[in-house]
Amino acid sequence: MGKKLLLQNDNVPGIDTYEVYRQHGGYTSVEKAFKMTSDEVVEEVKKSGLRGRGGAGFPTGMKWSFLAKPEGVPRYLVCNADESEPGTFKDRYLMQRHPHLLIEGMIAASYALGANTAYIYIRGEYFYIVNILEKAIEEAYTAGWLGDNIQGSGYSLNMYVHPGAGAYICGEETALLESLEGKRGNPRIKPPFPAVKGLYACPTVVNNVETIAAVVPILNMGGDEYAKIGIGKSTGTKLISASGHIKKPGVYEIELGLPVEEFIYSEEYCGGILNDKKLKAVVPGGSSVPILPAELSLKTPTGEPRLMSYESLSEGGFVSGSMLGSGGFIVMDETTSIVRNLHTFNRFYHHESCGQCSPCREGTGWMEKITHKILDGHGTLADIDLLWDIQRKIEGNTICPLGDAAAWPVAAAIRHFREEFEEYVSNPSSIVDVKHYYNIHNLVEA
Amino acid sequence: MAKVTIDGIEIEVPDGTSILQAARMIGPTVAPPAMCFYTNLPSSGGYCRTCMVEVTKGSEKDPRPMPKLVASCRTQVMDGMVVGNRTSEKAVDARKGVVEFLLLNHPLDCPICDQAGECHLQDLSYENGSAKTRTDFERRTFDKIDIGDKIQLHMNRCILCYRCVKVADQLTPERVHGVMNRGDHSEISTYITKAVDNEFSGNMIDVCPVGALTDKTFRFKSRVWFTKPVTAHRDCDKCCGKVVLWYKGEDVLRVTGRKDQWGEVEEFICNTCRFDKKRTSDWVVEGPTNLSRHSVISANHYEKLVVPNELTLNDIKPLNP
Ligand SMILES: Cc1cc2nc3c(=O)[nH]c(=O)nc-3n(C[C@H](O)[C@H](O)[C@H](O)COP(=O)(O)O)c2cc1C
Ligand code: SF4
Ligand code: SF4
Repeated sequence: MGKKLLLQNDNVPGIDTYEVYRQHGGYTSVEKAFKMTSDEVVEEVKKSGLRGRGGAGFPTGMKWSFLAKPEGVPRYLVCNADESEPGTFKDRYLMQRHPHLLIEGMIAASYALGANTAYIYIRGEYFYIVNILEKAIEEAYTAGWLGDNIQGSGYSLNMYVHPGAGAYICGEETALLESLEGKRGNPRIKPPFPAVKGLYACPTVVNNVETIAAVVPILNMGGDEYAKIGIGKSTGTKLISASGHIKKPGVYEIELGLPVEEFIYSEEYCGGILNDKKLKAVVPGGSSVPILPAELSLKTPTGEPRLMSYESLSEGGFVSGSMLGSGGFIVMDETTSIVRNLHTFNRFYHHESCGQCSPCREGTGWMEKITHKILDGHGTLADIDLLWDIQRKIEGNTICPLGDAAAWPVAAAIRHFREEFEEYVSNPSSIVDVKHYYNIHNLVEA
Repeated sequence: MAKVTIDGIEIEVPDGTSILQAARMIGPTVAPPAMCFYTNLPSSGGYCRTCMVEVTKGSEKDPRPMPKLVASCRTQVMDGMVVGNRTSEKAVDARKGVVEFLLLNHPLDCPICDQAGECHLQDLSYENGSAKTRTDFERRTFDKIDIGDKIQLHMNRCILCYRCVKVADQLTPERVHGVMNRGDHSEISTYITKAVDNEFSGNMIDVCPVGALTDKTFRFKSRVWFTKPVTAHRDCDKCCGKVVLWYKGEDVLRVTGRKDQWGEVEEFICNTCRFDKKRTSDWVVEGPTNLSRHSVISANHYEKLVVPNELTLNDIKPLNP
């Protein structure tokens, strides 16, 4: 059994209630934090080597230490629970089953940052979790873990849950802040960064649900101990949302450094490919990260086993690597059509672009139209090169990383599966998938 | 003060100057094009991505190059910075891409567009785009809508530069106009009610770089290059009263703000000056407007047309069938 730091009580009945949670050691990290100064808490998180679990993997302790602290200006902690990346559903699992773990982490983190107000910005489609969180917050208020002068420490904190309205872009931290302020969720142009001018133009830290939850075990065991778990600069455990053609899809907590092969094939995790088919490709970190063909997902370009860690998954750069991202692990078997999969992703990014900057606004729609055309059996070889050129002109040229996130899947699909695209355009009638797609498409149109 | 080198030309500028402003101080040959930035509209810029440049040296203190191209309108110069605009292959290539993106859904109806001849998108595409299109998909279309009784919005032409939104936000006291929807369905809108009814709304027409917002009192009256711009002023209790009158024959066809060499209005004017004062007697005329832009308008009136030697009118023969 791998080490569990977040989901170790997953099977305890009633762990979502305050009493049971407290009986199982809940809120001890807050007690520990109150015995330290806020800077010491930040130091502990720095020592742990914890990296952001929202996608970018930025060191959390460092992010916290960048927070500006001007006199007389409030600071905010905002939890990013917008989780809308296709293939990612770990935050939902955590919040639904362990709401108090998030709240405990939020209190400890807010204390470390000197924030007296904290928000959980949650994806609108998770409306039922809003109730779960609000009930848990209510319990925490009653038990004296929230409100004024928490447990006699002199520290006060209020916590609010704010549901979004159904936009992926509101997961981008500055769009999230705009939305939280009640405005249209457009990403802001940076600088200034949220650490200086965030929510209501005050210093703000935005962290992912899992990042904040991980603060609890870090304080309980100490940063140094936490840093011993995992591998290299990928410390601790990570929740992986496993989906696709595997026998046991679901959310798994793994120790970072677990070999990809073991994750896919062992009984403890995914249990192998569905119907014992062959593995074709893996998208290891949510729809935005580059897809890897089977060989490159199991082995790095140098022939080492590929590990589930920030470093190992990105080994080889984008030519032969990918990213750990948010841990949305999508497995595809040999029957999967990469072109169709790409079209689905293209549709998503086209739908979700906020439309502020020209390359993303226009480019995402264009790429969708082209993959649609290819699937309809009208593609040409030139269309493949055109797709490549469009993604190249989007990447790096936009306000926020959604542009990159739309470009990378296109680049990787063409890079690794160009023959498949060529087969689609040169011999469309022979491909069952095109007909199938066509039928569905016509049905929907009709 | 900070020393910055743009396309090999060094200039010293005050701290806090943007790369774009510094480049404009050097002159038009190195200034990147800007479709959404507007000097007089704080917080504008950053959206269109046409002004992106390559920073090959961050500063004297930290000489590392910047990893990505940056929007020059939103990036401040640092002492010792080295910037490539027209000399940077990366920037030129990316800009070509941006032009293509901007034109992807643009109707290209210049022959019937009032903005033609003073359209920044025309200039931009001519200077930085390619002659061919690579798309044969249907273009996105919207219905025309009236924004108040004097302005028409032709959303098909809009490049979503947000300038008019900033005017609505900053100049006009009540904001009634913003952006609806997302991505390439985004649409400038007044939401439910139609009227942007306030004294400075007309400036949206002037800041619009394309023909998306047009003056209804001028629509289809004349191609701009057949009109003569004349600088004039009047005593106005609402605005500066400094305008350009656009004549055709004896008639003032339209009144606009005065634009600088970058095509930006120097001072905003009120709707009374713009829409209601269309007689010469309303104004003190200062003289012909000096058009420094490479403009078809000036070619028609104030420059001596030089007919190329080799080609005289008589040489032009009808095409053989
Ligand atoms: C388009 C887009 C969507 C994002 N969606 C999410 C999200 O749903 N949840 C999340 O935690 N981070 C998301 N992020 C990343 C956030 O911007 C930010 O990096 C993250 O919340 C930082 O938290 P962390 O340091 O704890 O990872 C998204 C980023 C982009 C560009
Ligand atoms: S990259 Fe896309 S989503 Fe991000 S700001 Fe630009 S248009 Fe909006
Ligand atoms: S209508 Fe004109 S000014 Fe307004 S966003 Fe569109 S192009 Fe810009």
